[in-house]
Amino acid sequence: MELVLERWQQEVSIVTIGATKEEGGTRSYVVRVGGEKTLPFLFPEGEIPYPPVIAFEVWDIAPSDWSTELNKYYGDVFNDPLAWAEKCVKQYQAKILCIRLQGAHPDFGNKTSDEEAKLISQLLKKVSVPLIILGCGDDSKDNLILPACSQATKGERCLIGDAVQDNYKTLTASVLADGHNIIAESPIDVNIAKQLNILISDMGLPLERIVINPTIGALGYGLEYAYSIMERARLAALSGDKTVASPFICFVGQEAWRTKEAKVSGEQGLIWEVITATALIQAGADLLVMRHPVAIEKMNNYIKTLMGVSL
Amino acid sequence: MALSGLDIYKLLPKTNCRECGFVTCLAFAMQLAKKAVSMDKCPYLSIEAKRTLAESSLPAIKLIAIGEGENKLEVGNETVMFRHEEKFHHPPGLGFIIEDNLDDSAIKKKLEKINQLKFERIGQELKVNLIAIRQNKDKNRFVEVVKLVAENTPLALVLMSEDLAAQEEALKLVGVRRPLIYHATQDNLADFAQLSKDRAVPLVVSAKELELLSTLTRELNNQAVTELVIDTGKKPIAEKIWDLTQIRRLALRKSQRSLGYPVLVIVDADDPYIETTEAATYISKYAGIVLIKGIEVERVMALLTLRQNIYSDPQKPLQIEPRVYPVGQVTNKSPVLVTTNFSLTYYTVLAEVEASKVPSYIVSVDTEGMSVLTAWAAEKFTPEKITDSINKFNVRERVAHNQLVIPGYVAVMSGDLEEKSGWEVVVGPKEAAGIPAFLKNLYL
Ligand code: SF4
Repeated sequence: MELVLERWQQEVSIVTIGATKEEGGTRSYVVRVGGEKTLPFLFPEGEIPYPPVIAFEVWDIAPSDWSTELNKYYGDVFNDPLAWAEKCVKQYQAKILCIRLQGAHPDFGNKTSDEEAKLISQLLKKVSVPLIILGCGDDSKDNLILPACSQATKGERCLIGDAVQDNYKTLTASVLADGHNIIAESPIDVNIAKQLNILISDMGLPLERIVINPTIGALGYGLEYAYSIMERARLAALSGDKTVASPFICFVGQEAWRTKEAKVSGEQGLIWEVITATALIQAGADLLVMRHPVAIEKMNNYIKTLMGVSL
Repeated sequence: MALSGLDIYKLLPKTNCRECGFVTCLAFAMQLAKKAVSMDKCPYLSIEAKRTLAESSLPAIKLIAIGEGENKLEVGNETVMFRHEEKFHHPPGLGFIIEDNLDDSAIKKKLEKINQLKFERIGQELKVNLIAIRQNKDKNRFVEVVKLVAENTPLALVLMSEDLAAQEEALKLVGVRRPLIYHATQDNLADFAQLSKDRAVPLVVSAKELELLSTLTRELNNQAVTELVIDTGKKPIAEKIWDLTQIRRLALRKSQRSLGYPVLVIVDADDPYIETTEAATYISKYAGIVLIKGIEVERVMALLTLRQNIYSDPQKPLQIEPRVYPVGQVTNKSPVLVTTNFSLTYYTVLAEVEASKVPSYIVSVDTEGMSVLTAWAAEKFTPEKITDSINKFNVRERVAHNQLVIPGYVAVMSGDLEEKSGWEVVVGPKEAAGIPAFLKNLYL
């Protein structure tokens, strides 16, 4: 029987996060995402060189609104971001960390760019995994702290975000100068994702250094919108549109843990996080930022079986 | 697959005799393609052409019904590869495998739990669909368990046994409930074909290879057995995704009728997380029926929610009727909260208002099913629109105060809204989760 094989025109670009000593950084290895030559896990049709990767989310301050279920795992380190990061790496085998600098937000402590840059420098010494660095969500504040952190990690090839349509220039310039990658965030909209990628690459940052944050909703809270936006963008990428051929990063943990279900029970929250991640992986997610260590362990098992590794 | 006007034209006599009432065969073909006329209008169609035309109007993936009455499950009749292209039509049936070597009381307990797996979400009832009884022991035990299950659940049934005699016995008891029979294979095809025909019950056909599967369904079709569900057996996840994708592509894009049936997937994993993630994968990727073993509420609720998400209509967001909804024992002192008529938004707000135990009115403004921020950006949630709704729904007559709570995300419209509506605007929280605390501290 003749199967129906798509002849795709183009592959997703490969983004490398982290730099080893040989490459001018201090990470013990690099993490690569993207490079898919077909839709999720259709191996006979095209190569899928890198499995999806799960990053652990770590904050610079003790989160006030995290579920008590997560307290069980991080409660002892919430007040010490360095210990928190180390626990993720040592105890939970985190391959990559995502540091959210929430404490810089005017409403959450208003930490200065010096403080944040210092923290990031210490973090580089404490752990040797590649880093994702996120701002606090306040544009003017992020335009101060992110350049400082970018400089403090120069040469480490971090992934830094988020750049948005009306605030991308400062971050792009820093990322470009310091040799990092950037997260381009668009509000569940393929056209804006495309436009923003063009704007950023027009400033000289190659498309191969951009990761798209399509803005996801959790299971039961608009998941299907992101699911379809990701499918559409990926189809366009494989069909030859270079400007959306970036890997996707999905902030699964933050969305799953603020649902009502997660608030009702820890077990329900864990499954909510796992199933949100599963569906997004099937829509093409490359990097997933998650919270519950057990959920992350389960997802890593799932990814291994998907990639054909026997457990 | 639907034929184009030109495809149809090629099948016509091309004599332009006008007997169909059209000036040319081409004109007639164009109308046929639009289904605006019946093909009977042309007296000169060849038998071959008639057959092709008739086939082209059949759905590419057959709709199969399992069960009877209220718990009937219909799967198949899908038309697209991706939900954004149109929508996925028939949500996959979710069912539970019950082994017949469990003892009776354990089976009953399980069924009790399964029967209660019903959830309400954004105004829709989410429920499970099937119980599959799997034979592990002798014929008598299988039949006994089928009887026990049938007596204790209204759900549609799947009979899993390769023992023809056991199937026949079981069907005598539950045949009227139109169970799904699992399964015909290369080795027992004739017998199971006969069984499906005699009892008028749908049949699962299994083969590892698509080629063989396709041959088997053709043979069954030749014996007039057409109520089929197909299955490619136990495989690693990625291979299963490949099979499901190929079957869907072949049916839709190559009009391969021999694979144009809903697909059954059995998830046979002992680890509950592997089971749930695998089931979620197949729900997302084209399965028609997914059978699992685990019945924990948390897992099933997550799977049913995912199914609802993936099978929702991307063109038409779920909406509720725009009006004023009293929540709890409202009085003329109850707060009035304004939101959109996007189901997800409304039900999220509703749940939090209920949780707050503060009786309130929720005014759902017609935003054509858009969420707060989207509607605001699209000018469907403006001071004018909100004012119109409040007046239209006579909110003034319901309360003796003058305060209106709006979502935190649209705080910028406060001044404008006060001016237009004459109400005093109070800015509520951005996220629904903040509503209980907000309402408790709200003094009107
Ligand atoms: S009746 Fe048939 S042959 Fe005659 S014009 Fe119509 S389509 Fe053509």
